[in-house]
Amino acid sequence: MPITHAFLLFFIFSSLQPTLSLYEDQVGLTDWHQQYIGKVKQAVFHTHKTGRKRVVVSTEDNVIATLDLRRGEIFWRHVLGHNDVVDGIVIALGKYVITLSSEGSILRAWNLPDGQMVWESSLHGPKHSKSLLVMTNVVIEKDNVVIIFSNGRLHAVSCIDGEVLWNKDFEVESLKVQKVIQPPGSNFVYVVGFAASSHFEMYQINAKNGELLKHESAAFSGGFSGEVSLVSSETLVALDSTGLILLRIRFHKGNVSIQQTPISNLVEDSLGPAVIIPSSIMELFAIKINAVTIFIRVTGTGKLEVVEKANHETAVGDALSISEGQQAFGLVQHAGRDIHLTVKLAHDWGGDLLKESIKMDQQRGLVHKVFINNYVRTDGSYGFRALIVMEDHSLLLLQQGAIVWSREDGLASIIDVTTSELPVERAGVSVAKVELNLFEWLKGHMLKLKGTLMLASPEDIAAIQYMRLKSSEKSKMTRDHNGFRKLLIALTRAGKLFALHTGDGRIVWSLLLQSLHKSEACQHPIGLNLCPWQVPHHHALDENPSVLVVGRCGPSSDAPGVISFVDSYTGKELSSSSLVHSVAQVIPLPYTDSTEQRLHLLIDADKHAHLYPKTPEAIGIFQREFSNIYWYSVEDDNGIIKGYALKSKCDGTVADKFCFGSRELWSIVLPSESEKIIATVTRKLNEAVHTQAKLIAADQDVMYKYISRNLLFVATVAPKASGEIGSVTPEESWLVVYLIDTVTGFVLHRVTHHGSQGPVEAVFSENWVVYHYFNLRAHRYEMSVIEIYDQSWADNKDVWKLVVGKHNLTSPISSYSRSEVVTKSQSYFFTHSLKAIAVTSTAKGITSKQLLIGTIGDQVLALDKRFLDPRRSVNPTQAEREEGIIPLTDSLPIIPQSYITHNLRVEGLRGIITVPAKLESTTLVFAHGLDLFFTHFAPSRTYDSLTEDFSCALLLITIVVLVAAIFVTWVLSQRKELQDKWR
Amino acid sequence: MDTIKVVAAIILTIYLFPFLSFGFQSDELLVDDEEFGLEGAPQPRFPEPTSTRSAPVTTATRKRHSDLDSDSKIEFSLDHAFGDSDFSPAGTFSARIKTWSHGGQTLTKLRFSRNNFTSEEQKKFKNLLESDDFYRIRLPSNVLSPPGRDFIISSVKARCLPREGLDEHFVIHLEGVNVLAVNYGSPGSCSYPRNLKLPVKWSFSSYTVLKNSEQAPRAPIFTEEILGGENGGGEVVQPPERSFWAKYWMYLIPLGLIITNAITQAMNMPEEQATGQVPASAGMVQRGPSSAARRR
Repeated sequence: MPITHAFLLFFIFSSLQPTLSLYEDQVGLTDWHQQYIGKVKQAVFHTHKTGRKRVVVSTEDNVIATLDLRRGEIFWRHVLGHNDVVDGIVIALGKYVITLSSEGSILRAWNLPDGQMVWESSLHGPKHSKSLLVMTNVVIEKDNVVIIFSNGRLHAVSCIDGEVLWNKDFEVESLKVQKVIQPPGSNFVYVVGFAASSHFEMYQINAKNGELLKHESAAFSGGFSGEVSLVSSETLVALDSTGLILLRIRFHKGNVSIQQTPISNLVEDSLGPAVIIPSSIMELFAIKINAVTIFIRVTGTGKLEVVEKANHETAVGDALSISEGQQAFGLVQHAGRDIHLTVKLAHDWGGDLLKESIKMDQQRGLVHKVFINNYVRTDGSYGFRALIVMEDHSLLLLQQGAIVWSREDGLASIIDVTTSELPVERAGVSVAKVELNLFEWLKGHMLKLKGTLMLASPEDIAAIQYMRLKSSEKSKMTRDHNGFRKLLIALTRAGKLFALHTGDGRIVWSLLLQSLHKSEACQHPIGLNLCPWQVPHHHALDENPSVLVVGRCGPSSDAPGVISFVDSYTGKELSSSSLVHSVAQVIPLPYTDSTEQRLHLLIDADKHAHLYPKTPEAIGIFQREFSNIYWYSVEDDNGIIKGYALKSKCDGTVADKFCFGSRELWSIVLPSESEKIIATVTRKLNEAVHTQAKLIAADQDVMYKYISRNLLFVATVAPKASGEIGSVTPEESWLVVYLIDTVTGFVLHRVTHHGSQGPVEAVFSENWVVYHYFNLRAHRYEMSVIEIYDQSWADNKDVWKLVVGKHNLTSPISSYSRSEVVTKSQSYFFTHSLKAIAVTSTAKGITSKQLLIGTIGDQVLALDKRFLDPRRSVNPTQAEREEGIIPLTDSLPIIPQSYITHNLRVEGLRGIITVPAKLESTTLVFAHGLDLFFTHFAPSRTYDSLTEDFSCALLLITIVVLVAAIFVTWVLSQRKELQDKWR
Repeated sequence: MDTIKVVAAIILTIYLFPFLSFGFQSDELLVDDEEFGLEGAPQPRFPEPTSTRSAPVTTATRKRHSDLDSDSKIEFSLDHAFGDSDFSPAGTFSARIKTWSHGGQTLTKLRFSRNNFTSEEQKKFKNLLESDDFYRIRLPSNVLSPPGRDFIISSVKARCLPREGLDEHFVIHLEGVNVLAVNYGSPGSCSYPRNLKLPVKWSFSSYTVLKNSEQAPRAPIFTEEILGGENGGGEVVQPPERSFWAKYWMYLIPLGLIITNAITQAMNMPEEQATGQVPASAGMVQRGPSSAARRR
């Protein structure tokens, strides 16, 4: 008996997911993967050795990577944790990359060629402070030493094994260390900083053993502000607290002297306070007043003189020693469409080592950072290359007046994604450039045929594979029958829109949004939402779809909003405006006007609703449905959920007929001492549900799914348990989940999981919700499912009623009818913690669903929804088995073949987006994080299309051969018949 | 039949609240077993979680600090508003608070007395019915120290309420002494479009249900035995040997066809030889394509 049982199980499991995995040659046919690193904040070149030239970078997304200087490809990359921010990188011993991260508490060394970690040490100190990492040329017992100031303590660490050789605390409580300087060729370091905001402190410390050689301090009544610039190894430049007086602080031989120079003495028409651009260039520094960058020279005698005032946007790079006593630095200035890269010698402003002008794509915005590196040209002179970081977070390498390579690293920080259809193929639109000629087409088919008949040589097979991967069919710029070709429009944190082609992931267009551009009126613009604005169906041939981008100026929710409309085909900004109101919520309404623009409600911080587009027609449509529009708000911080209806007029003073007030209809107040909202999830607005009925084969019964678009899933935990897993005991923690109707505020279901805690990831689809949390009692992650069924439809089962028409199937459904819902739920253990969860969505909703789970390993795992069926039981009856119910197990299986990312990783996975294709069986999956991954996914195989490797040519040839054979045999038989008759 | 009636009556009394317009009826709430625990029954199912969940709210004025598991009476008011008007008192809930030995408190035996509409309120309500507007109610979020953090508001389209009289249904979601939410509406359906219908009687019949949180089902934990049955604890389960037919049916069927074909051929051969004279025509009867050709 157990054997048959096991066999049955085995059979069921093996029959469940037969084709989720891929064959080796199918990789790359429908999927693509792109790797990014994020906005670079520090770069160190490694070009001295022969061999592959590379640059080591650290980024704002906590990535450490080395890039190939020739092509910009990633050699290796490490993504540090979310709170492991990289503070500094240096290259030591020519083979180690040393990184300081996690607020200066973790020091790691990575092997430069392959990125293996060599050692790691943790540094502790008494208090938080700025973290500084300085490579020294001091040698202690054959160990090269790197000096770190972090957490209020100075450490000297051996580069070989990461051992802390000595450390030193500073007695002054309020010391804010600004720089750690090692004068060249000396055995001591200066630690300089400000204390109590008006004292300058200088410590001279023996680098060999950490002994304090000298401590000097000087008071300056005006106070200090901001950053400092180093103009020699014993001179600093700082600003006083008003930003109007320049201070030259010299600490030569232990004597500190402060010399003041008002900026107005140097610059006649100086307006407002200045900001120092931190740098360490010999005898030169730069300050910024408003938008003007001023370069000031510090002469040996301590005199300051202005060498240049640059009105254009300017970025300055750090100094680079090119020979004994000579320093060069890079400077990039914008001039219209071009940028000028200048490399100058530090002591000689007039003499440019290099001056190049490069045409720059306007969509990249301003240059934010410059890193220069020198090389020896073939003629023996010095050449310079520059790595520049742009406003849109892209990274470019400039050399010899040209862009050698560029990386679109803005795509590492996608905020929101939407899709757009491609243009319809029509006579006027030429797609010829991607079309193959007849000969190549024939050649391709001959090759394929050879492959099918197993006559192909290895070269042919390679050619076939290349053809399949580079098929022009999938990267055409027109719509296809299956709906596989679309544009993925992504809004990034830098305020740039990218349109990616789903066929091969290339960037079709990109647009740096002017409305999300930093300006006087809008200091810290951030993008919020991206919604499809106009999707033409009736005028698909002559109108382009467009998207709506919503953003706001600043992080707080009452900052004024900005919106802009962008054409999805051309990537042109159609219009943009800054709004008078703030944007707290964007609600797309299910109505469109005659030009097929979707109506949107923007809710501001004062709970006023603003209707867009602002046309009389939109008002007309809106007024008709006015009484049926409800919305809700979730106030996570104080645990109140409120529902609203609209009022005809805004309360405000200004008469605005597109503005509507709101009235509170319901509220749910969660007790603040026992519950804290940690997750809310709703159904996707455009989800298709094929049928409301669910057939229960076991007892020949029908259940009706409770399908309401107005359901909200809310998960709360005990306030104590909202921290890390393991910070509370099971008795103190609980997780409560709610299903709330957002029109009436009815709590349809409430259930408590004791001894469980967040983080909660959930997905809501059709009539079920699946959520993931941690069970403290079982020490495991759990996934639960809740399915909701509507009982009030249960009396529609009578066929006679249906025939006679006495049913309520056609009556409109009102939320105000008391719904009798029943819920079924079940919990299962799950091995992984997860980063994101989504569900497949298909065009008609017929295909069975699979959950897409973004695992902690940054992969996407497909899990059949049937595993999360609350009706699973230990011994399903025969009828239940036929229905596809899997025998109950306590944990959900992880089938290695069902990773849809196969062997790839989507580093830093943040979101999974599913888009239905036109083909019912297939859904398009886009996963984004640092990396991007896209694939087609068929939850129950591609039952509605031939497989990709089906050879049409072979079929045709077979038919032709058969027809020919019929004719030949017919002729032969006729001849034979004739001969027989003549006999 | 009688028994059915009795059962129906019991069910009715369990759910229905006596209200003022009826003749005398005991205002003793017959507690629903599921919601409140049976009167006189052994210790009601205690929601253990409550002990940790609701911090005991000490209100010396109302609570008698007597024995453990003590009871105390409590009242809190229901306010209502017509459309956007201000809230005014509409009725009173009275209940008993059970304090458990470990500090948790639960609300039981809820009763509700509804004030009848005054004539002005009737007029307001009529206006609501005519404009298809909202009738709103509110409850304090903490019954011991009303209104607690905020009021719990719920509303319904006024046209949903009138039947014979005015029917209303409260489902009060509780967490200890905190009211989380109230589902307020008509007891039955309220089909859209809502038609204007004035109630015959201007009195409320109210149904009240208290709901506490349910416990989630525990994830099934299997014993080793069952787990062992599934994947044999690491050892690979050999699929049992399939029968010969199950393995090779796809070869056997064509083979069978070929054999039968060959046999019929062989059967025909002697016939052909027997007829001798017209071998070709006999053969053509057998062979499809040639016979088709012949017909032309």
